[in-house]
Amino acid sequence: MSTLQLRRRNFLVGIAVFVLGTVSFGGSTYAQEVLKIGVLGVMSGSAASWGLVNKYCAETSAQLYNEQGGFEIGGKKYKIEIVPIDDKNDPKLAVSGAERLTKQEGIHYIIGPNVDTTAASVQPVAEAAGAIYFPYAFQKTLYSPPHGNAVLGMIASYQAGPIIYKYLMDKKGVKSVSFVARNESDPLNQRDEGVQAAKKLGLEIKSSDDTYEPGTTDFFPVMSRVVGKGADLIVLSGVAPADAPLLIKTARELDFKGTLSTETAQDIKILNEVAGAAAEGFVCVGGASTPEIRSDEMEKFVDRYKKVAGEWNDEAGTKVYALEIILATLKKAGPEAINDVELFKKSMPDFTMKNPFLKEDKELKYVGTAYFSQPRQIGVPMVVNQVSDGKFQALFVGSVE
Amino acid sequence: MEQMLVNGVVLAVNYALIALGITLIFSIMNILNFAHGQMFMIGGFVVYYLYGIFKLNYFVSLVAVVIVLGVIGWSFETFFFRRMRRMATREENSMLLAVGTALLLENLALSIFGEKQRGVPPVVTGVFRIGTAYLPAGRLLVMVLALVLIVGLLLFVQYTKLGRAMRALAQDREVTHLMGVNVDRVAAYGFALGAALAGLAGGLLVTVFGVNSGVGNVYSIKAFIMIMIGGAGVVPGAILGAIVLGFVEAIGYELLPGSITYLLIFTGLIIFLLLRPQGLLGKPWG
Repeated sequence: MSTLQLRRRNFLVGIAVFVLGTVSFGGSTYAQEVLKIGVLGVMSGSAASWGLVNKYCAETSAQLYNEQGGFEIGGKKYKIEIVPIDDKNDPKLAVSGAERLTKQEGIHYIIGPNVDTTAASVQPVAEAAGAIYFPYAFQKTLYSPPHGNAVLGMIASYQAGPIIYKYLMDKKGVKSVSFVARNESDPLNQRDEGVQAAKKLGLEIKSSDDTYEPGTTDFFPVMSRVVGKGADLIVLSGVAPADAPLLIKTARELDFKGTLSTETAQDIKILNEVAGAAAEGFVCVGGASTPEIRSDEMEKFVDRYKKVAGEWNDEAGTKVYALEIILATLKKAGPEAINDVELFKKSMPDFTMKNPFLKEDKELKYVGTAYFSQPRQIGVPMVVNQVSDGKFQALFVGSVE
Repeated sequence: MEQMLVNGVVLAVNYALIALGITLIFSIMNILNFAHGQMFMIGGFVVYYLYGIFKLNYFVSLVAVVIVLGVIGWSFETFFFRRMRRMATREENSMLLAVGTALLLENLALSIFGEKQRGVPPVVTGVFRIGTAYLPAGRLLVMVLALVLIVGLLLFVQYTKLGRAMRALAQDREVTHLMGVNVDRVAAYGFALGAALAGLAGGLLVTVFGVNSGVGNVYSIKAFIMIMIGGAGVVPGAILGAIVLGFVEAIGYELLPGSITYLLIFTGLIIFLLLRPQGLLGKPWG
């Protein structure tokens, strides 16, 4: 056989292999159904971590499921595709993002948005398009009748606050409190809820009208005033992970000797890097999967998350739950629920599964009836942490009903 | 009261360093550098990596900031703004280009550095008492270094050949060109110097406030407020604007509840601009 003939034969064999490979690969790709899930939230600017953690969590879970051939609903395996949109914390962009997800992409399940204003703006779009969305915003009207398409993805400040204050009153003898909040809808609402809860518990409110502008980095002026009130406890209402360490550091530099706390989740690496030793004793709500309570499945998720996002973020311990519960509820409701959220909603009250992210044998279900008159909250564990020796130490793990 | 004054002085000096770079670029090139805050942010990240992660000497890291931001500023002027200046007939084009560079830097930073707040170990520790006021040593160090840089810049602009060329360019581009000055080169150096100043401010303040990818716009807005108060393109005006903003902020937060301070600052700024659009030290003709 001449060299020319050999080349021609190799060429033809190559073409045949390519064509067969393409046909078989294309065939298997097109045979599998795709389940699209939207992630809508703030993914740029100073609050970017809130939305990006949602996105990374969803992408991590999707990768893990897709590697196993997809997620099974009604005997068929669906490839999970995540469609993220950055709303830049702007209600107008949140509306256009929700419209794109529901109308152009045909998506019925959305994770996010992250704050009250964007979540409220998305409400009419989601309801009109027949979509369920999972905001990380605390405004009660979002989740209460007549509305029923929003599901709170985490523990709200008005659920964690009273428990934290009571704990600090009993264990640290806290008798008075000052509040400081960012001048935005969510933190101000959280502050007002906190003030009411503190009053009910009999705490003396030393001050509650101090606020700072979004994007503030020098907190000396505002904290000089707050520390000057002489409260035993300073509550950083709705504080963003970027602001918390600066507020803590400033309070300590101003010789504040009392306790600092917040009802939002924080990140230990950021606290250590920016606040250093000043963060010791800081009390906050933790990611719902602290190392002490994690299952092997959660450990696997953490490892993959680090590859997707570059590093672990404690917030992800809470945000891992959204996609998991959406998929599990769809499995229970059946494949028709993928396009009909009414079927999904009907399944919610009785839905229960073993919490896959906890070592202990605990249930994962929809909760919140006591607050919203209907189960419209993911029943993530309520973990309250304290910074001790540069690490989060879980003070207690509770739950919301 | 003493704490309020200390806060005012610290804020004013920090703000002055931030405002100087933006006013320098505006005076030389008549471009409002919307990416100034993002250059500040990159300066913070350079120090974060070199000093915070790779444990290089802090002052060596600051030198690296000058080089990195100087190159970025020089490149922006040479490859983007110079070409735009030659081609475009409308001033808005360079403004839009400046906004584009800001978005470019912010999104690049978000992709490269991530979304998290970052911080570095303190260069010095401890807290000084001044009467009843507290002044952390880290803030004092930043304030002293910022003052040295401000004085250094003023001397450079006043007494060096390049500084004089920059001032000439700020006054009249055509005449400067006719006098034999290579205006393109001076403009590139001016942009590099302005960018380096923004980066140095970021490199200094990262030790106190940390840094994140989204922090740029906040500093850009504050820099704009300062140069509007003092007069755009006037170096002493930027310093005066910084003093006014620093003290108004410190006094406002001390005496007024809530966020009335910034409401008053913006309302006052609108009224002030209606009465004196050129700023305190600016000339009515620009």
